Amino acid sequence: MIWPYSRGGFPIGTMPDFLLEIGCEEIPARMIEAASIDLRDRIGKLLERERLSLQSVISSFDTPRRLGILASKISSSQPDVTEQLMGPSVKVAFKDGQPTSAAHAFAKKSGVSVSELAKVTTPKGEYLAATVANRGRSAHEVLLELLPKEIASIYWPKNMYWRKPNERFVRPVRWLVAMLDGEVIPLEFFGLVAGNETRGHRILADHAVKIPGAGDAYVRALHEAKVLNRSEREHQIRKGLDTATRTVPAARWREDKNLLDAVVNLTEFPSAILGSFDKSYLELPEEVLVTVMRDHQKYFAVEGSNGKLLPHFLAVLNTDGDPQGIIRHGHERVLRARFNDAHFFWQTDQKHPLRDRAQSLKKVIFQRDLGSYYDKTRRVQRLCSWLCEIIRRNGMAVRPGVVHKAAMLAKTDLTTELVKEFTELQGIVGGLYACAQDLDHGMPEATRQAIADAIYDQYKPASLEDAVPRTVEGSVLAIGDKADTIVGMFALGLQPTGSKDPFALRRQANGIVRIIAEHKLPIGLNQLSSDSYETYRGTAAEQKFSKQNDYAESLRGFFRERVEFYLRDVLGFKYDVVNAVLVTGYDAGCDNVVDLVARASAVTDVRDLPDFQSIAAASKRIRNILRQASEKGFRPALAFDAGSENVEEAKLLHQKLQEITPRVEEGIARREYIDTLRRLAILREPTDKFFDKVMVMVDDGAIRANRLALLQSLLNNFSTIADFSEIVTEGKESTKELK
Amino acid sequence: MNSTKSNPLTFQELILRLQGFWAARGCVLQQPYDVEVGAGTMAPETFLRVLGPNPYKVAYVQPSRRPADGRYGENPNRLYKHTQLQVILKPPPENVQELYLESLTAIGIDLTQHDLKFEEDNWESPTLGAWGIGWQVMLDGLEITQFTYFQQCGGVDLDPISAELTYGLERIAAFLQDVDSIYEILWTRDPQSGRATTYADVRLADEQQFSVYNFEAADVAKAWKHFELYEAECGAILERHSELNQEISTDNSEAKRTRFPLLAAYDLCLKCSHLFNILDARGAISVTERVGVIARVRALAVGIAKAWVNQETESFEAVA
Repeated sequence: MIWPYSRGGFPIGTMPDFLLEIGCEEIPARMIEAASIDLRDRIGKLLERERLSLQSVISSFDTPRRLGILASKISSSQPDVTEQLMGPSVKVAFKDGQPTSAAHAFAKKSGVSVSELAKVTTPKGEYLAATVANRGRSAHEVLLELLPKEIASIYWPKNMYWRKPNERFVRPVRWLVAMLDGEVIPLEFFGLVAGNETRGHRILADHAVKIPGAGDAYVRALHEAKVLNRSEREHQIRKGLDTATRTVPAARWREDKNLLDAVVNLTEFPSAILGSFDKSYLELPEEVLVTVMRDHQKYFAVEGSNGKLLPHFLAVLNTDGDPQGIIRHGHERVLRARFNDAHFFWQTDQKHPLRDRAQSLKKVIFQRDLGSYYDKTRRVQRLCSWLCEIIRRNGMAVRPGVVHKAAMLAKTDLTTELVKEFTELQGIVGGLYACAQDLDHGMPEATRQAIADAIYDQYKPASLEDAVPRTVEGSVLAIGDKADTIVGMFALGLQPTGSKDPFALRRQANGIVRIIAEHKLPIGLNQLSSDSYETYRGTAAEQKFSKQNDYAESLRGFFRERVEFYLRDVLGFKYDVVNAVLVTGYDAGCDNVVDLVARASAVTDVRDLPDFQSIAAASKRIRNILRQASEKGFRPALAFDAGSENVEEAKLLHQKLQEITPRVEEGIARREYIDTLRRLAILREPTDKFFDKVMVMVDDGAIRANRLALLQSLLNNFSTIADFSEIVTEGKESTKELK
Repeated sequence: MNSTKSNPLTFQELILRLQGFWAARGCVLQQPYDVEVGAGTMAPETFLRVLGPNPYKVAYVQPSRRPADGRYGENPNRLYKHTQLQVILKPPPENVQELYLESLTAIGIDLTQHDLKFEEDNWESPTLGAWGIGWQVMLDGLEITQFTYFQQCGGVDLDPISAELTYGLERIAAFLQDVDSIYEILWTRDPQSGRATTYADVRLADEQQFSVYNFEAADVAKAWKHFELYEAECGAILERHSELNQEISTDNSEAKRTRFPLLAAYDLCLKCSHLFNILDARGAISVTERVGVIARVRALAVGIAKAWVNQETESFEAVA
């Protein structure tokens, strides 16, 4: 090419579209979206770093078999850059008006002649300088060189290698497309050379597809080859599900975000079909049917207007339809076999009711060092009976007999065929079986139902969105079970670190905190931990406990984080309110979640009132004064003595404080936090006046100590519910005592 | 009303068709291995052949015994002994997926009329110290094949890797013939008399009797004894092998090395694995023991794999 064309073949100033497509054997559904975003970000950063992008819009086209990236209107080449290189000082470069070897060497290095060198004046003196024009490289050249590294750097949760140990990717890459408008960038990656050919849908358009150019032409070419982009697939699936469901009167399909994501990522050109199963399978519990359909077959469930399951399902296909019903027939056949299995397991399991299975838990390991599920059951039973006792002592209703029996049977479903086949149904199956079986002769129906519910709910809440157990009995069991795991793991020294939490201890602790809060249970977290530890005493597991770790201390810190998470991220309290409550509450031994929530909500109610803005500022000020005093070795007196005080404002503050202190204490005892805080507000005025008129850090040691004592007791009053010095105030507060 | 085909393949035609397909693509047709295995992967044609640098292509049927999966012949979908057709392509050709899909066409599946998906499914065998990455191939919602790129075997990183295709023959046959029970599968039809022989005719007694043996009759104490004897002998062979490796190399020792009975050691390891499965089905392995016993079998498998790689690499270099 000759001027005005750049080396890339594009007229200078034109803005070609860029396309990269990595053609791959089927990428795992769960990884596609993240990898696509990762690649898009990498390309975006690359273009920016290499000064190839001014207003380029980057979009992606991802399917199980390809990651495509389109960048519109990138620069055809990097801008030329003029650079000034500094050389030797003029004194060195010229001798008697003649250039020295230093001048020649610098000129040579800079690629100019000595006569082209200029003199520049700098603060250090006069120096030689060369002006060098760096020509920008073409986009073609830059991308050819740098893209392979970006492709290789895409993050995959699980990689494989397929030729040489250094050729690692999620699955074998089978083709590459890299283009600037119509021109191929023949980049190389693991032995492949990029071209302009992609491939169509595996069944519907199983051939090479030539892409005329980057940009819209790429998208059109894929559409013709029966390949749709993510959002198009989702749209087509939703439409397909709606249409297929419409053939059943008053039916609707059950929305399921995770399932929808899965099928979007398993297809290139989706459609949906409605299948049916025999009504008799509806006798199986809905939980079992839905699990089989959703988790094992990726089918959507269909329900009637009353929310009950209908004997239909929806399958999402990776093809354009099923005119003869062949595919539907196949899916129905598979589902029938699955339901038959489930039905068979259900029947088989009834031969050995749960009550006969307790002993067989000795053979099911819970955790290598913590023993079997039988051992766990014994511990959880003891722990739960203590929890029931605490609850009753606090005047709440709970049925210890129900909890005891539920805890005894809770893990027995792990030995059933149905749970071995569908592990995600643990607990649920136990609850369903307890409901269907004779647990004890002559047990009243209501008792049996209560036991069944507690077993059913024992793993709840399974996530932030999931509900907590429905009953107090179920809550006690769920708390006991989780606490037993958490405490055992901490005692072994297996607490979560950083992003590693293989036993999901954080989720379980979040669950405990939420259950206590939502059921308003009088269970303290520290008490729970130490009670649970007590159930390990004298067991074989205790021998395995790590000797050098202070489990109790790390547990306190762990639960503090969980409470903080709950208050801030789940309930939405402001971070300073949460800190204020945790410092005064949790750190001072108040481990009752219900109490902490009440404090946080009281503080939130008053924090923006002017009185409390002022109290918060005063609290900070007092804290600072006390700290400064302590640093200088000035100690407060044991108590304030009004007789040796001569400033009126100090006396007045003391008097108000004396009036209010018993009422504050009474309010705290009754946990009437909002009323108590409002009462505290009357201290604002005397406090402000005190600071206006009274100097604390006076030279007279006795007066100083006396006033420090007054401030200390004032701060104690302010901080009984929350540490107001943690509250961020709007105005600027003074951190130093004014002199 | 399955495929458009009115005459679906019988069970034995299915086997013949797949064998013919892979033979035509250069595979050695091996016979099923004659020691009990839990999967085609465990046959030496896979476990040992994927190790080392030598390219290899093989296909074979492998009856695979999983004692705990027995259902006394009463469950229409579950078997104590099911039949796999195993294909190993080492190294995998670029068009391995396309080849696989062609094999489906060869057994009468018109892909344009079906729903096909490759869903992530990675395979791992703690007993063999082996794992791979791949998919379960879903046809109209039915898992018909496990497709794996082997990454490690006997604790040894593989180079080159192999592609392993494992067809579940009973499932595929039931699908082709559109029957709801494995036992209804038409095994063959006599071309002269037209008489039909079903899967039940051929295999039901097997399922019934071995379920009784594995769940009820197997003598636990003796099975343990057998396990220990096989383990001891396998261990002793491996011991001799490491002694041999320390000898100073002579012409004689090289011949000794290539003839060293690692294959026999592997048979003994397979025996241990099968006995472990029986003991497990019998409920004779406690929780605490379980992990330990698996580790014992794996130790044998790993020892054999390492020794085998040396043997293979030597002979490979000798040829090269």
